[in-house]
Amino acid sequence: MVNKEQYQQLKDIIKLYLPEDVTEDAIEADSHFINELNINSANLVDIVLDVEDAFDIVFENEDMDKMLTVKDALAIIELKLKP
Amino acid sequence: MKTQEIIEQLPYGQPFLFVDELKSVDEMGTIGSFTFHEGLDFFKGHFKDKAVVPGVILTECCAQIGLVCLGIYLLSPSPNNATDDISVALSSTEMEFYRPVFPGEKVEVRSLKSYFRFNKLKCTVKMYNDNQELVCKGVLAGMLKSYEGE
Repeated sequence: MVNKEQYQQLKDIIKLYLPEDVTEDAIEADSHFINELNINSANLVDIVLDVEDAFDIVFENEDMDKMLTVKDALAIIELKLKP
Repeated sequence: MKTQEIIEQLPYGQPFLFVDELKSVDEMGTIGSFTFHEGLDFFKGHFKDKAVVPGVILTECCAQIGLVCLGIYLLSPSPNNATDDISVALSSTEMEFYRPVFPGEKVEVRSLKSYFRFNKLKCTVKMYNDNQELVCKGVLAGMLKSYEGE
């Protein structure tokens, strides 16, 4: 189950970093950030920093290594938000 | 880590090394200088009639002193140890230029770290000429990784 609210919030962050040849509609849960959305590793760091601010969480290096797709990011967010 | 060791660790060589001296380095930033000697090759073509340091070279000089030197310092595992090997990739530049730099001029670059996380280093940089006038300023970012000896 994907949390719709978190998914939308994440999409709103991702779309700021999409290259011009990729539209917002291309973002799907299974999308691979680098291979499919054409986001470079430097912008992926900015996405993580924005996600940290938006959800008030902190990513570790291991989280960054695991975050390959949009779904991976959502799973990490959900895990970090668990009380 | 001493400033001279950082310069020796830089992955650049002639004719693309744009760091002469590193005056100071700490966790937050660097100050360094470079003199654009008259003999530099690009002066022959930029421009054909009047030699001026190209903006891309000023940007490169800012990146080498402000970003890469700082990255080497931040990646060094301990104050006495240099990283074995470093890979560098510039990821974004946003520069504004205010004054030209002519052959023979010495410039000073000062950088201030915005953040260094997940191998991405982002800095604000400023370059001044010998009269302490602002030459250019901007925001630079790059990916910097070190590889421990293999």
